Amino acid sequence: MMDTSLISFRNVCKDYRMGAEIVHALSHVSLDIAEGEYVAVMGPSGSGKSTLMNLVGALDVPTSGDLIVHGLNLVEQESDTLADFRNRLIGYVFQQFNLLPRTSALENVKLPLFYSRDDKMGDMNEQAMRCLERVGLSDRMDHEPAQLSGGQQQRVAIARALVNNPSVILADEPTGALDTHTSMELLDLFQELNDSGITIIVVTHEKEVADVTRRKLIFRDGEVVDDISLTMHSAGA
Amino acid sequence: MKTLWKTVNIALVALRLNALRSFLTMLGIIIGIASVIVMVSVSSGSRQAVEQAINSLGTNMLTIRPGARMWGGRKSGAGSAAPFTEKDMAALRKRFDFIDDMSGRVETSAPVIFGNRNWTTSITGIHPAYIPVRQWVIEEGRNFTDRETRSGGKVAIVGQEIIENIFDGQSPIGLRIRIKNVPFTVIGTLREKGASGFGRSHDDVIFIPISTARMRISGKADRSVPNMVERIYLTIDPEFDMAFAQQELKEYIREMRKITPGAEDDFNVANYSEFIRARNESAATLGLLLAATAIIALVVGGIGIMNIMLVSVTERTREIGIRLAVGARRGDILMQFLVEAVTLCLIGSFFGVAIGLGSGTLISRLSNIPVLVNVPIIFVAIASAAFVGIFFGFYPARKASLMNPIDALRYE
Ligand SMILES: Nc1ncnc2c1ncn2[C@@H]1O[C@H](COP(=O)(O)OP(=O)(O)OP(=O)(O)O)[C@@H](O)[C@H]1O
Ligand SMILES: [Mg+2]
Repeated sequence: MMDTSLISFRNVCKDYRMGAEIVHALSHVSLDIAEGEYVAVMGPSGSGKSTLMNLVGALDVPTSGDLIVHGLNLVEQESDTLADFRNRLIGYVFQQFNLLPRTSALENVKLPLFYSRDDKMGDMNEQAMRCLERVGLSDRMDHEPAQLSGGQQQRVAIARALVNNPSVILADEPTGALDTHTSMELLDLFQELNDSGITIIVVTHEKEVADVTRRKLIFRDGEVVDDISLTMHSAGA
Repeated sequence: MKTLWKTVNIALVALRLNALRSFLTMLGIIIGIASVIVMVSVSSGSRQAVEQAINSLGTNMLTIRPGARMWGGRKSGAGSAAPFTEKDMAALRKRFDFIDDMSGRVETSAPVIFGNRNWTTSITGIHPAYIPVRQWVIEEGRNFTDRETRSGGKVAIVGQEIIENIFDGQSPIGLRIRIKNVPFTVIGTLREKGASGFGRSHDDVIFIPISTARMRISGKADRSVPNMVERIYLTIDPEFDMAFAQQELKEYIREMRKITPGAEDDFNVANYSEFIRARNESAATLGLLLAATAIIALVVGGIGIMNIMLVSVTERTREIGIRLAVGARRGDILMQFLVEAVTLCLIGSFFGVAIGLGSGTLISRLSNIPVLVNVPIIFVAIASAAFVGIFFGFYPARKASLMNPIDALRYE
């Protein structure tokens, strides 16, 4: 298990200083996530779920401990190394979509390719269009975010997360702004992506979302209080 | 290269999304560059005109005339002092080796009649040496002979403007004209010199022998002063220093005219090209002032760019966060905003160059200020705009590039 882990937290702490007060967003978290896993992260508001995602995605750095993702210890890396890491290995899906406004769906999806340092990259347009097709939006390529529904915007965001063939997709409350029906469609999409081998970590408050995953991490006050694996259960079914 | 082009593209899109604001931001640059272009075009135009004027005068020419200081002087005793004569000329010629050529001049304005044409022009009585001294060239025919000059020959050399106006452009050699009812035979024509830059054309002129002018035309054959000349024109051997020659001439003429030491000169030895150069220097000072104004305009424009880029960086914090999240390096973000600032300046400078060239043309059309479009300055202007973009765009761009990804993404 240890050798095959893709993501490895070793005693990770993340503190935020708010004036004189120090908030322990994550305290002494140790956990492993293997390649190909589909993990739900749950817990009350303020329990450190987003903080965990930001650390895995190298958007932020731990205060202490070691965080190894895909063999790279994200603590004390050069900012360029982290940028390339985000570009190559990570796909983000945010609750608020975070698409560039007044920019077409296609251009939004192409954005990570623009910053790619991969020389043997194919045609950007073709790659981006394939990803839009994969999320079922090939007919909305030229639409700007304002001309798309919330579900469609989130699918553009997923296409963008996919375009660089990442090994991990991080989704922080991806269905938070969507209705139930759209959420279910999105979950099907995630399932498909996971089946194709991509590791997915999804933060959610919704039981329906968590139910489709095989593993649940429950957070409270910056600590993992429960780690439920359904592998055995589903194997037995 | 491909990446740079894409970055420029991103910049263009961003600028187009805020077209009005981008344009207003550019105004400072546009005005700055336009004024640089106009300023340089006008000043190099007048410099060229001055150089032409100096060349047409000849750089080693001096004039001697009676009267006090010629320019800006308090004295106006021009007519009162005793005139010079051919005798004085002979004395100078004998005394100084450095005199190359020397001619006297007597000038009047008089009507010229040919057939039914009547034209009033400048009738200039000269010695043959006047032609080379004043850089004239005989186009057709010949110069006066010494005999004609001494004995009042009724012969004339005419300028191109005269040929146009009274001979309808045909060769006038051998034709007869009447000046103040005296018949003259045209024996030569002058090559065109063009506009003088100071009013009327150089070419509107008729030369006749100086003795003829004195006796027949000007009415200036004062019996008490035989063989007077209004002015003496002379060229100095190029091996001699002009200032030295000028000084030597002055001292000797004082002696000739018996001016007591300490008394002021009652004559003037002038170097025209020096005078024109001096006038040009004040034009250069003006040019410097204008250049300073243009630089101030560019700096103000640059501050405008910096201000708007700072606003833009703050407004687009989330965009920066998104770009960082999908893998943009700090250098990519820095480049993006730098290119945006430079693009803004370059577009502004293109407008500025267009407006500058337009107003330069307009100025030369509406006034007689000579304007010369200076191609290198266009490139200098564009390059300085790019420099302004880099200089004033750097701080905002750096600020953008140093953002923390997660803070930028969370920015409201
Ligand atoms: N930039 C920050 N500065 C200060 N405190 C922060 C910052 N980000 C998070 N925190 C604090 O860290 C703790 C964990 O926040 P986090 O965003 O991880 O919670 P969460 O589990 O994602 O909550 P939610 O479900 O509401 O999104 C919270 O107490 C929060 O106030
Ligand atoms: Mg959260």
